[in-house]
Amino acid sequence: MAINWFKYSAPTTFYGLAGKLIPWFAFSAALLFVIGLYIGFAVAPVDAQQGEFYRIIFIHVPASILSMFLYLVMAGYAALGLIFNTRLSAMMATAIAPTGALFAFISLWTGALWGKPMWGAWWVWDARLTSELILLFLYLGFIALHASIDDPRRADRASALLAIVGSVNVPIIYFSVKWWNTLHQGSTIKYTGTSMHVAMQQAMFIVLLACWLYAIAVVLARVRSIILERERNTVWINELPEVRS
Amino acid sequence: MSLDIWMRENPLTYVWLGSYAVALLVFAVEVAMVIHKRKITLRQVRLMREAGDDARDEGAA
Amino acid sequence: MLGLLALVIRRDLVLAMRRRADILTTLIFFVMVVSLFPLGVGPEMEMLRRMAAGVLWVAALLSSMLSLGRLFSADYQDGTLEQMMLAPQSLSMLVLGKMTAHWMVSGLPLVLMAPVLGLQFDMPAQALGILIVGLLLGTPVLSMIGAIGAALTLGLRGGGVLLSLLVLPLCIPVLIFGTGAVEAITAGLSVASHLSLLGALLVLALVFTPWVTAQALRISME
Repeated sequence: MAINWFKYSAPTTFYGLAGKLIPWFAFSAALLFVIGLYIGFAVAPVDAQQGEFYRIIFIHVPASILSMFLYLVMAGYAALGLIFNTRLSAMMATAIAPTGALFAFISLWTGALWGKPMWGAWWVWDARLTSELILLFLYLGFIALHASIDDPRRADRASALLAIVGSVNVPIIYFSVKWWNTLHQGSTIKYTGTSMHVAMQQAMFIVLLACWLYAIAVVLARVRSIILERERNTVWINELPEVRS
Repeated sequence: MSLDIWMRENPLTYVWLGSYAVALLVFAVEVAMVIHKRKITLRQVRLMREAGDDARDEGAA
Repeated sequence: MLGLLALVIRRDLVLAMRRRADILTTLIFFVMVVSLFPLGVGPEMEMLRRMAAGVLWVAALLSSMLSLGRLFSADYQDGTLEQMMLAPQSLSMLVLGKMTAHWMVSGLPLVLMAPVLGLQFDMPAQALGILIVGLLLGTPVLSMIGAIGAALTLGLRGGGVLLSLLVLPLCIPVLIFGTGAVEAITAGLSVASHLSLLGALLVLALVFTPWVTAQALRISME
């Protein structure tokens, strides 16, 4: 049984496949969100130290994890596109960037809202929050560079190189920010002061899964639009039922 | 500060309105943008195709 | 190999000397930004002394962004860059030469100017010394990382602002270690770790950025 993976790496077949998969991903994402939030708010007990406020983690932690992972995935696709010159990988990288940036934004926003009742300030220059902010800047740089180059091929390749340079830099940035933070001992914050209840872990994990599925659905939908736009002069696009009607 | 007192009295409302409502709003906006983008591209591609068809018809006639 | 490097550096320096105003603008910008801070935050010496390293480093970072746009644009416009890419010599080496020349023209003056500005902030001599060493190690890294951004945004409209947007986040480690060294010496701690980390960044940048910049130029020129 050899599945021909290259078949699906061509925009032609991928377009149809993605179209079929999107509803499944979207539906299961919505379902898991509801389940996760139900466990998070109805089953998980109140935290002894942080009270009800800790319930922000069910969205905060998944959003942070996804924003970081999506950057790596984006850089991976960018590298694939640059090395093997595959059209689809570059399109995937472009489609991932906005979603990653939005997750970084959600992570910062919920982090700030968590910080206010916990530490008495909306923003603390803690190593994680600061790195997350820099990650958002990296996403915005990628999007801005891609948007300001008119030639799609150059845009793909230039922003791919930027994503790779950025992903090499991310560990260095994280390390330096952590170092900087320990040097100024003003704000050392422990997120996990108490051991987490099982229901809390379950809720967080399920919401994380939901966020993954959501991200896949949105990225696939976006990539379909990009394929349509880029390949609009080809025969197969003009033969598509949604175009013909 | 009144906000401080309010948030301590209504922690769940604070969590919901502040974090989850905003996150869901962000998701909703993103989905709307993706759908809008799809509509616009489809319209564009259709227009291009019709323009191409017309040109071909005229060429044949 | 080294002859080629020296040749490119000499050529760029001669070209830069013909337009001395450009060098001066960067320097004046640096001095102005630094001088604005006391006006903005107030003249308390105690606070200024503590802020000095950070202010000087951020100002150096911003002024080095200012001159980056010129790194390749003149050669791009008159077609020299195209010739350089067709040349049999390695493009990375040529790029390294251009980076070095750019640093000598825009980074080195800032380093030389920094002690004077440091005195405005009443920095102690010891801290000033470390600041200079840090700037000497760090500003070349800024030029080299900046070169990647300059190559990627070559010939784009609104390139200058975009360039800063791309490059500034990548320069954060340099800023942190550079200011950290000064703070460590002020607190009476060893600066060896900060400076060796800056040195490590410099070596890493020397090894990788010329090649990456060459790739970026190829992407932008094809």
